[in-house]
Amino acid sequence: MSVPGAWYLALAAVVFAIGAIGLLVRRNVLVMFMCIELMLNAVNLTFVTYARMLDDVGGQALVFFVLVVAAAEVVVGLGIIVSIFRRRSGATADDLSMLKG
Amino acid sequence: MIDWAVFSVAAAAVLAGALGVVFSTNPVHAALMLVMTLFGVAVLFVAQAAHFLAAVQVIVYAGAIVVLFLFVIMLLGIDKAENLRAEPLRGQRPLAFLAGLGVLTAVLMLARGAWVSGAPSQVATLSGPGSNVTKLANALFGRYLLAFEVTSVLLVIAVVGAVVLTGQEPAAEPTEPEAKSTEPGAKLTEPGAVEVTS
Repeated sequence: MSVPGAWYLALAAVVFAIGAIGLLVRRNVLVMFMCIELMLNAVNLTFVTYARMLDDVGGQALVFFVLVVAAAEVVVGLGIIVSIFRRRSGATADDLSMLKG
Repeated sequence: MIDWAVFSVAAAAVLAGALGVVFSTNPVHAALMLVMTLFGVAVLFVAQAAHFLAAVQVIVYAGAIVVLFLFVIMLLGIDKAENLRAEPLRGQRPLAFLAGLGVLTAVLMLARGAWVSGAPSQVATLSGPGSNVTKLANALFGRYLLAFEVTSVLLVIAVVGAVVLTGQEPAAEPTEPEAKSTEPGAKLTEPGAVEVTS
């Protein structure tokens, strides 16, 4: 028998926690976006592991949809980042206080 | 035995890449570390018999999304090293680490009783004869056909949104002459003069 699924799930939990910490700690908007991708990948790994443990194709189909949504999210998010930082310098999230009342 | 070797190497790559994304000062290095994590996850997909998803992971994530990240980094000219020591909000960083560790311990404590629960093989069985691609295609184009069609609408909306967001604004209308005067035009001519560290 191959590696038990619990190891994969623990690894995915650790990667998710690293991504969450990075999202909270980093101030560069692009790196924060990469941390979101880390968390998405951790969840994808969880889905594939559950698909294997439960012997079900549904988990893998869900990962397919997560990939599509992640691609759309990256396109729109990077478009927003480009449109914001084309008219102002700096790339830290602290500089984005335009909506402050 | 070989499974454990593959898992160890891939898990080490995934963890090293994830830590590299968080702790690298240069955004370009962070993007390359993200590629390492994505390849490690793809290897773990192959180890769990998700061959199609491994291929899609490499093609879409490492081939398209990371390239888009690098493209934006180069376009905005923000590939400067960031000072990770600077802490604008006092006490925010320890709290962030505490929150992350809290998430980890909460997830692991939830899984302590049983790692998996639920009825197996609700959609279709994964083991048995036939290739992984065939089974996934049967699920996608059968049970999940409506969701699959909706994703095409989502992608079209994303493309339109990207074009609208990043497209050049039309010239200022004559009725609003002040709208353009507030823009810092001098700063736009110097994309290299950005300051990343505060």
